Amino acid sequence: MYEFDWSSIPGALPYLWQGMVRTLQITAVAIVVGIVLGTLIALLRLSKNSILSNVAAFYVNGFRSIPLVMVLLWFYLLVPQFISSLIGRPSIDIRLLSAFVAFALFEASYYAEIIRAGIQSVSRGQVSAGFALGMTSGQTMLLIVLPQAFRRMIPLLLTQAIILFQDTSLVYVIGLTEFFGVAYNTGNRDGTLVEMLLFAGAVYFFISFGASMLVRTLQGKLAS
Amino acid sequence: MLAAGLDWNIFFRPAFDGSGTYLRFLLAGFEWTLLLSFLAWILAFVIGSIIGVIRTLPGKFLPTLGAIYVEIFRNIPLLVQLFLWYFVLPEIIPGLGTWFKRGLSPLLQQLITGVLCLGFFTAARVAEQVRSGINALGSGQRGAGLALGLNLSQVYRLILLPVAYRIIVPTLTSEFLNTIKNSAVASTIGLAELSRQSQQLGEFTAHWYEAFIAVTLLYGIINITVMIAARYLERVARLPGYIGGKN
Amino acid sequence: MISIKKVSKWYGEFHVLKQCTTEVSRGEVVVVCGPSGSGKSTLIKCVNGLEIFQEGEILVDGISVGDRKTNLSKLRSRVGMVFQHFELFPHLKVIQNLTIAQCKVLGRGNQEATEKALQLLEMVDLSGHAQKFPSQLSGGQQQRVAIARALAMDPIAMLFDEPTSALDPEMIKEVLDVMVKLAQEGMTMMVVTHEMGFAREVAHRVIFMDHGEIVEDRPKTDFFGSPGTDRAQQFLSKILSHSA
Repeated sequence: MYEFDWSSIPGALPYLWQGMVRTLQITAVAIVVGIVLGTLIALLRLSKNSILSNVAAFYVNGFRSIPLVMVLLWFYLLVPQFISSLIGRPSIDIRLLSAFVAFALFEASYYAEIIRAGIQSVSRGQVSAGFALGMTSGQTMLLIVLPQAFRRMIPLLLTQAIILFQDTSLVYVIGLTEFFGVAYNTGNRDGTLVEMLLFAGAVYFFISFGASMLVRTLQGKLAS
Repeated sequence: MLAAGLDWNIFFRPAFDGSGTYLRFLLAGFEWTLLLSFLAWILAFVIGSIIGVIRTLPGKFLPTLGAIYVEIFRNIPLLVQLFLWYFVLPEIIPGLGTWFKRGLSPLLQQLITGVLCLGFFTAARVAEQVRSGINALGSGQRGAGLALGLNLSQVYRLILLPVAYRIIVPTLTSEFLNTIKNSAVASTIGLAELSRQSQQLGEFTAHWYEAFIAVTLLYGIINITVMIAARYLERVARLPGYIGGKN
Repeated sequence: MISIKKVSKWYGEFHVLKQCTTEVSRGEVVVVCGPSGSGKSTLIKCVNGLEIFQEGEILVDGISVGDRKTNLSKLRSRVGMVFQHFELFPHLKVIQNLTIAQCKVLGRGNQEATEKALQLLEMVDLSGHAQKFPSQLSGGQQQRVAIARALAMDPIAMLFDEPTSALDPEMIKEVLDVMVKLAQEGMTMMVVTHEMGFAREVAHRVIFMDHGEIVEDRPKTDFFGSPGTDRAQQFLSKILSHSA
């Protein structure tokens, strides 16, 4: 029977917490940028201009056809070169920056699809009603369609956010250390990898499960 | 632009590990990706179907078991699950674990871990899709079958599942595509699948752009091929009256 | 006020409006009726540019609807429309449904818009419901709010697209009563409807459409007295026998 040795955990807690903060930072940036950019892309996708709509489709299909691992590697390759051509040596951790960019752009493509479906689910009659009152397309979209679309899509947007939270663990592949990275490194260093991984798994489970339960109750409330 | 500075001949030079050209090197990764994905998908489909069906059965015990399975595998990141399979399970399972660590080649260790991890992970998602497919039929179909005197197993086999599977063909194909994308995490335990090969190629030749572009294209090709096959499958599976189960 | 000249429209191959020509003068109430698929909803939606037409001309207060240079938003803000499915904005309270276009399109201040809105809610007998959401109202109440919403823009004419077709029978009267009141106050109205009682009471003219054509266009008394064509006669007898 395996003898569990949980001794690494107490000492590592401060570092684990720092790692979690970093996880949450990446998640937050990706959610905010993802939703804003995603809305823009969704609108482009739905635009009558076929050039714009095809560019948006290309963006969405492009990011959705390659693994997140590849996206992270790509931006880890591209971002440093891009930054150094702009401002020379940056003060921020380049891995973190490339992770921010990679996740934001990647998530935007997923959010774009959710938001597009949301916009299309608002009945055309609502658009007609807005027009009939003399509103422009822009006003109708902003004041009538988007508010309704977002209300419907909130559970899906939040669920995607939970997935994103879990996906941040993949920054491991570019050598960036967040919560999972700290757990793994601590376990490796102390020879307690088994315990640290189990601990990490449990933490992720409770946070994600808790969050998805909250989303479910929210969904229940919104439906009524 | 960049294209001018890229050296596409790199793919025809011999690889560092003597396995042939770098093109062959990448294609070997491509093969591993496909192998891993197919095996994992088969596992996921079987387990996912069982769990999905269990979740729609009457009673409390079995559906709850199914729900627990789904929640566990949905709320832990795939990478963490992979490391749990690779580093933790062999340690804590006596006998089998030791055999895994000692008796198998690293390659087999990586492949089996990858298949099991990806399979069980994807199964949770397949389970949800099967469950929603069955639920989409409503209780009417089930009731009608039972009223004719069929037992529950027959109702599922003859009435519910044939239609449910047809309804969820689109979601299942996108799940298969996800499996292919998710296979890339196996690179972290050293499996020589496509994304790992691209990294290795970059590391050894410093031709990162060429490597990544080629691999991105390969993933894109897989994607398009699967989507075309899927469209054909959807047409074949379509039932008149259900527009592919559109709701 | 509204002038429709030889308007034709195709949906792809389908010829949905065929050379329709008619006029609605200031203060006139014109009822458009006909079997489903006759194009009556499409015609009325062409008047405020919600549907485009390929041939002909429509003038609203002298402004050409089909002209590319016309500011459609401005035109639409002057012509009110009431829809079959009410189309109130579900995420806004009743009072906000009435003020949003006043503020955003006409540029009215919040206070002015709210006062106007409350006046109109009073007129349609729904004063107490200003703070409710549309989902909390019955169909008849929602449609009355929809009428008030259109009136809040001080329109020169009102278009009604089957305003009572989606209502339960017991709620039809409350909506028709509002429309009758409007007509009696001299509003220019073009109403697509099956409600012949309404037509008999306040319409000046009745237009009968079938298969995209205006088949009859006559003063009310003439139409109900002795319809000119067989088609109109058949239609009338079916409608009238159904709605006692």
